[in-house]
Amino acid sequence: MKKFADLHLYPPLRDRDSLKGMINTAFRLGYHFLGVSLPARISEGEIRELREICSAVGADLVTRVDLTPKTSRDLLNQLRHFRRRFEVVAVTCLSKAVARQAAKDRRVDLLSFSLDPRKRFFDTAEGELASKALAALEMNMASILSLQGFPRVRLLSRLRWETEIAKRFKVPLVISSGADSEYLLRVPHDFATLASLFDLPLSSALNSLSEVPRSIVEQNRLKLSPGYVAPGIRVIREGKDCPRV
Amino acid sequence: MPKGVRRRYLALKIVCEGTVTEGELTKALWDAVLRLFGEYGASQTGLLLVEHNGERNYAVLRCWHKALELVRASVASITELKGKPAALHVMGVSGTLKALHKKFL
Repeated sequence: MKKFADLHLYPPLRDRDSLKGMINTAFRLGYHFLGVSLPARISEGEIRELREICSAVGADLVTRVDLTPKTSRDLLNQLRHFRRRFEVVAVTCLSKAVARQAAKDRRVDLLSFSLDPRKRFFDTAEGELASKALAALEMNMASILSLQGFPRVRLLSRLRWETEIAKRFKVPLVISSGADSEYLLRVPHDFATLASLFDLPLSSALNSLSEVPRSIVEQNRLKLSPGYVAPGIRVIREGKDCPRV
Repeated sequence: MPKGVRRRYLALKIVCEGTVTEGELTKALWDAVLRLFGEYGASQTGLLLVEHNGERNYAVLRCWHKALELVRASVASITELKGKPAALHVMGVSGTLKALHKKFL
């Protein structure tokens, strides 16, 4: 059975009741991996508390940070500070320079863009860079749900174009809710059917809600584990009983 | 309706503040279909509200088999009922009302 993931929940962290309600609803709707967007300076204690709330309902918390750098140098600084503290790093690209830098940096997991179609910089050059660096393009469904009329038409048209580029350059797509309230959460299959509005086939959409985010989380957890050395190399045993080379 | 057209029944869970009447729900559903797919798309859905339970906050919809994904997308796009934030979750889909009640309601 597929394990679904919603890597972008944006609950009010201060309001514990809303937070618990949202996590509970997301789990009941069928999501196993819940990526909660956390402030960069969050303490270990708060993360532990969140993890307990998630495990109480049976969900798996994925810690996520959303970086919104103004310049590419700013992005590099933020990545240096926060990459090893969070399981998923998403970059909201507000300028083309930041978008290009984020797309070619292997420390970036998700590329996220503004609602405004003029500020979405995912074009062919970006797609080519992202495919080499293994970054995924994130599509927030809350933006489709919250817009109406002509702004939604423009956004869907833009998303259709981005989907086409992502397919051409084999850039993985991640569909997430981007929800800040329970009312913006939907069943995974419903999000997959909504993705058909920008011409993403149902099977690919379901993949973008399960396999793609799951592999990102698992890969990053492996990288953050203490025994990890480099891709393909990890410490499996150490101590006195290890044979000397 | 031509003879032999296959149908699908959808069990919906209504999440909103307060209760919604059958009329308000029907209007919200048709508005969503019309907004996303237009009159031509709406004419292909065969959409019908079969059952509505305001106390238990669930509803049953019927649509034509070929329009299932279109209807699901429309249902998912509903964010407001009576001007207040709301969500409709598809709990399950079945080919018969009997099976739908047995499995999901």
